[in-house]
Amino acid sequence: EEEEEVEEEEEAWHQLYPGHIPTSPLQKALLAAGSALMALYDPYRHDMVAVLGETTGCLALPNLRDKMKHHPEGYRILQERPRIRLSTLDMSRLRGLPDGSLGREYVRFLEVNKVSPDTRMPPKFVDDEELAYVIQRYREVHDLMHTLLGMPTNMLGEVVVKWFEAVQTGLPMCVLGAAFGPVRLSTRKLQVLATELVPWAIRSGLNASCVLNVYYEQRWEQPVESLREEIGIFPPP
Amino acid sequence: VYQVFESVAKKYDVMNDSMTLGIHRVWKDILVHKMNPSPGTLLLDVAGGTGDIAFRFINYVRSVREQQLQRKLKHHQNLSWQEIFENYQEDKFNSLGDSQVVVCDINREMLKVGKQKAQHLGYSEGLSWVLGNAEELPFGDDKFDVYTIAFGIRNVTRIDLALQEAYRVLKPGGRFLCLEFSHVSNPLLSRLYDLYSFQVIPVLGEVIAGDWKSYQYLVESIRQFPPQEELKAMIEDAGFFKVDYENLNFGIVAIHSGFKL
Repeated sequence: EEEEEVEEEEEAWHQLYPGHIPTSPLQKALLAAGSALMALYDPYRHDMVAVLGETTGCLALPNLRDKMKHHPEGYRILQERPRIRLSTLDMSRLRGLPDGSLGREYVRFLEVNKVSPDTRMPPKFVDDEELAYVIQRYREVHDLMHTLLGMPTNMLGEVVVKWFEAVQTGLPMCVLGAAFGPVRLSTRKLQVLATELVPWAIRSGLNASCVLNVYYEQRWEQPVESLREEIGIFPPP
Repeated sequence: VYQVFESVAKKYDVMNDSMTLGIHRVWKDILVHKMNPSPGTLLLDVAGGTGDIAFRFINYVRSVREQQLQRKLKHHQNLSWQEIFENYQEDKFNSLGDSQVVVCDINREMLKVGKQKAQHLGYSEGLSWVLGNAEELPFGDDKFDVYTIAFGIRNVTRIDLALQEAYRVLKPGGRFLCLEFSHVSNPLLSRLYDLYSFQVIPVLGEVIAGDWKSYQYLVESIRQFPPQEELKAMIEDAGFFKVDYENLNFGIVAIHSGFKL
């Protein structure tokens, strides 16, 4: 019994980054199942979606990290570890940029949808410090995805972005979100989703290069359309 | 400890049901049955935050009172309807028979949830809610007939002080009752219990309450708590007599009892 206690204590000291909670495989499995059910039951539990992503990302995350490592811009992002936060963004400067530029449209998106980049959950259950950054980056870049895809933050818009992200990242959480998200939509919206939006999102996702390999913070002045072309995202319908 | 319970307060009852699969309700029922309060009892429930023990106490006393009433009327076979009616009227204002329970908790949030529950469930008379610290109770000496602390004593920093305070506020002849997680001696069960505690409970905490750390703390605090015999000795040290304990579920939980003479 004492041995077990010491083991437990040692586990606690294996904290790899602030906020990290080391978990056993059994705990991860239970968390994955529990968070999936809870996210379906209560869609406002964004923390559950985050936990689901962390506990099921063990294959997709290393994959993403490798894609970043082998790309010059992605590599730089992994080295410099930029964070998208209100405290690091110069909002007034971005607001002053010309219409159609990434910076201007991003700020517009945040204001119109009344969202902030600071509400992204920090990772807890990823057992690798670099992968923790990768998933953090994915979360912080999510709003930029909305901007590039031209999708609002309502249920429909979120589902479309999830389809795009699912194809791009392969994260099981995105796949599940894309598959189960539409459950709560009206039939009319489902029709639009199925016939126009999802096929476009999939085509764009497949055609585009890895969205995590773009150093967005150095491209605020770039027009959205030009960035779309560069990445390979088709114009929204 | 305070911060743990602030975040825990609102989801406390949901978490209790999930963690213990509802069995905590049975444990609390057993506690009140063991207490066997008669109408007119003055109970102090410490760390009783959301009111679980208090409500059970009221229910128990009410049903005892009703039984008393029925027995009384049975003996008076030849009462007129008028007299029977008057009897019921008289006791309507006394359905609790002057029993009272004071719920004392150190955490305002827990008390708030308790008051809301009371209102929601329709408990109004015989209940008071007091903010206070188990190590330094805001009550005079020799005041209460029964002192209970259910799943609260393990969160007290100085258990000896809490026990001394319990002794102080009880009337001579008063009873101390403590319901708390304890030590499982059966080795197989102990391992299963540990597995469940460490693997499942923090996960439940994260999924239901969005709070892994608080429930990790809960599980750890249970293991640090003195086992049955040690707690018994501490209760005796505070001056209680005829101290005894009863294991529930092989020692996962134990009820300790003592008397102030």
